[in-house]
Amino acid sequence: MSTFNATYDPYASSRETTEGTVYSVTGGDWDQIATEIGESKEERVVVNMGPQHPSTHGVLRLMLELEGETVTECRCGIGYLHTGIEKNCEFRTWTQGVTFVTRMDYLAPIFNETAYCLGVEKLLGVTEDIPERATVIRVMMMEFNRISSHMVALGTGALELGALSPMLFAFREREKVLDIFEAISGLRMNMAYVRPGGVAQDLPQGSLTKIRETVAELRKNFKDNEKLLIGNSIWVKRTKDVGYLDLAGCTTLGVTGPVLRATGLPWDLRKTQPYCGYENYEFDVVTANSGDSYGRFLIRMGELEQSLRIIEQCVTRLEKLEGAPVMVADKKIAWPAQLALGGDGLGNSLEHIRNIMGESMEALIHHFKLVTEGFRVPAGQVYTAVESPRGELGVHLVSDGGTRPYRVHFREPSFNNLQSTSAMVEGGQVADVVAAVASIDPVMGGVDR
Amino acid sequence: MSDVNELDSGMFGVKGTGDTSGYGGLVRSAVRPGSSERPYGSYFDEVADELERAYPLFSDAVERVVVDRGELTLHIKRERLVEVARILRDTPSLRFEYCLGVSGVHYPDEKGRELHAIYPLLSMTNNRRIRLEVSAPDSDPHIPSLVEVWAGNSWNERETYDMFGIIFDGHPALTRILMPDDWPGHPQRKDYPLGGIEVEYKGAVIPPPDQRRSYR
Repeated sequence: MSTFNATYDPYASSRETTEGTVYSVTGGDWDQIATEIGESKEERVVVNMGPQHPSTHGVLRLMLELEGETVTECRCGIGYLHTGIEKNCEFRTWTQGVTFVTRMDYLAPIFNETAYCLGVEKLLGVTEDIPERATVIRVMMMEFNRISSHMVALGTGALELGALSPMLFAFREREKVLDIFEAISGLRMNMAYVRPGGVAQDLPQGSLTKIRETVAELRKNFKDNEKLLIGNSIWVKRTKDVGYLDLAGCTTLGVTGPVLRATGLPWDLRKTQPYCGYENYEFDVVTANSGDSYGRFLIRMGELEQSLRIIEQCVTRLEKLEGAPVMVADKKIAWPAQLALGGDGLGNSLEHIRNIMGESMEALIHHFKLVTEGFRVPAGQVYTAVESPRGELGVHLVSDGGTRPYRVHFREPSFNNLQSTSAMVEGGQVADVVAAVASIDPVMGGVDR
Repeated sequence: MSDVNELDSGMFGVKGTGDTSGYGGLVRSAVRPGSSERPYGSYFDEVADELERAYPLFSDAVERVVVDRGELTLHIKRERLVEVARILRDTPSLRFEYCLGVSGVHYPDEKGRELHAIYPLLSMTNNRRIRLEVSAPDSDPHIPSLVEVWAGNSWNERETYDMFGIIFDGHPALTRILMPDDWPGHPQRKDYPLGGIEVEYKGAVIPPPDQRRSYR
């Protein structure tokens, strides 16, 4: 039946196999292939979407079985971004682990770091000793990170459904948040800023003013995206009643985060099992009752404002805590040095260098031991969880009493939520697959680790 | 009661000639938290009581109870895992409706119980967390699957199979999930051979990370 000569089109070709005709399309004009498939008597078509596909959020592979336009079966193929981070952590000190785990879910690095550090601190038994200023900075950074992550979710989600403008606005706002990250930690992504015992360094001069200005700007600008999408008839038609998953489905499949809250259950670990002093902040848990993509979108929109509220409360607290320590007082755990901006860039503060190189031999030994060997963590295991933008981010840490983790395992919300793709898209239209996956907001770095 | 996990001696913990200082007098033993006695504290007594009431075979199924760092771990015999899980989920006073995956740990030194599977459970109804721990020997790495109780554990069990080689009996499709289908071995086991870095300088090669001289 093949009248199409594959040799003339490098982007679209077909070949016969025992399972039927296999078509490969990657780019360019698919008209001829589409016509050919349309003329075929076979109703059932298996489509392999991804792993290199612009609307699969990175390297997600979807295997779809179609009857006409209807998806009858959907399977996910993952693992294309597996980097063995959990294994790598076993050969580095507990502090160095932060640098690895921050790269897992690369859109929410602060959450990975905080969840990991809360686990290490729980193993060490120093949870109560973390200075308040460090905890408030962590909360503030997490909420900023929630904004930047939701901005990518909204922006790329809209882009995948063909709405280009929201993406531009969303990335413009995200950029402002990344500027804050850069000002505070020196890096825009993968900061390794949260460390066991506190944070890597204190806020630089003038950052609270900058944060205030940014919060005001963000609040004003979020309205642009709201106007673009909320109530937009095309957007509503593409997302309403699409990717439906009810509470029972979420429970069975272990789904958490906005997908769960879209079923009406106000389950947010910040409220239900507070950590980092979240019980002392005023904010609301945003829910929706529709259980569909539109509901999840509304939740993310609503959470932006709640995050801004928390950040404002953090700024007020940080003003009062000016000059307070940001690292635990126990010198056997605390990172010995503080960073400072010198003539040749960011490095250990001159004061610290003077101390270890010129004044105290013991301080030098201490610095050397702690940096190269690290601290010992009493044997045992813990599980700590935080509410990441995608749901419950859990960390299972096992220590054998040494200076390196015996086992690090991340319970990634993306991984578990992605599992619900089949339940969401089977029986729906093939075009709705994209809307459903976008509403789960999986980050493949987190899924594959 | 405590378990001695391992016994280390020598300054750097490296076997053989790793210690160049000539000082090898340090002896350190890592002790993992052992079984706890009642009262466990917090809501843990209540959970244990309720489970005992709902499950007559409690004393047979639960090998030991460990309360450590404010967390409750129930060590369950693998033959009884599915029964216990079902009761934890279905009993109204327990109602652990969420299972947050499974994490494997490989303890090559624990003879006869080398492979551990750890299931963190969450009850949204009662706002409680507990943990189940199950072990299997390396020679018979089978643990019953919990997919029939919590369907969402499917991918997590596939991951643990992929990384540790634990075979979850009754899983509908236990295949590799992160590694390629034809990958040999299970990478997160402690005995998995690690690659070195092929950078030679005057005959020296950087050894794999587990053979380098390092602090332990």
